[in-house]
Amino acid sequence: MSSDAATPEQSLEQRVADLESEVAALGADEPTRMTIIATKGSLDMAYPPLILASTAAAFGWDVTVFHTFWALDILHEKRSRELQVSAVGNPSLPMPNILGALPGGDSLTTWYMNREIDANGTPTIEELIDTALDMGVDLQACEMTTELFDYDTDVFYDGVTTGVGAATALEHMADADIQLLV
Amino acid sequence: MATNNDELAVAKTLDVTGASCPMPVVKTKQAVDDLAVGEVLEVLATDAGSVSDIAGWASTLDSVVLREQTESEDDGTTVYHHRIERVDA
Repeated sequence: MSSDAATPEQSLEQRVADLESEVAALGADEPTRMTIIATKGSLDMAYPPLILASTAAAFGWDVTVFHTFWALDILHEKRSRELQVSAVGNPSLPMPNILGALPGGDSLTTWYMNREIDANGTPTIEELIDTALDMGVDLQACEMTTELFDYDTDVFYDGVTTGVGAATALEHMADADIQLLV
Repeated sequence: MATNNDELAVAKTLDVTGASCPMPVVKTKQAVDDLAVGEVLEVLATDAGSVSDIAGWASTLDSVVLREQTESEDDGTTVYHHRIERVDA
């Protein structure tokens, strides 16, 4: 064996080193990607996706939130200001279910939560939407449920992506580091 | 936590007192984007979570370094001071 020929061990070490540098180069400049599927449209459930999305954007992440079913109301410019929270089925709220089930129960619970939101300095849904869009979060409205609920696409905030379906959502999820269903 | 407030030259101040999660971090990010490399932003917050949140946020970014976190009292309210330097474009 000549002295300059690599031993099997050396070849293997070189191969490992090459692969390691290839792996390190993979996605080195790629931002972390997060896809959230938002399905709920009550006031309390509107917050988590928007808070996570806008915070992730502050981390420089590439964020998509796909809104379907009741979550379309989060993107609805008018309805997003009137989202409700119900005491019924929510034992965490300081109100007996039986009271929450009375007429006006949801209005009372919503009034209470909005008062707490205001007192706590918690941003409004509208503020979070504006912030998320401003920071480059892709807020998407599911086409199928937009049609199901008979919404015109112009009811949504300017900057919302429309005309997208489950395949688009899956495409984003396949490439995402983090996928959440809310 | 460091206690010496005078060592860092603060180029800009961001007042997010009264705001709660996620706005302190989000507004800090927006303010940092307007800093030149080497400049320090001072963030004033009353959100107790901002201490952990801004530290965590800064540690994940290569473009910023959290230089100091201190506290002061303002009329019975604790104000958290975060001093963040932009180190990379």
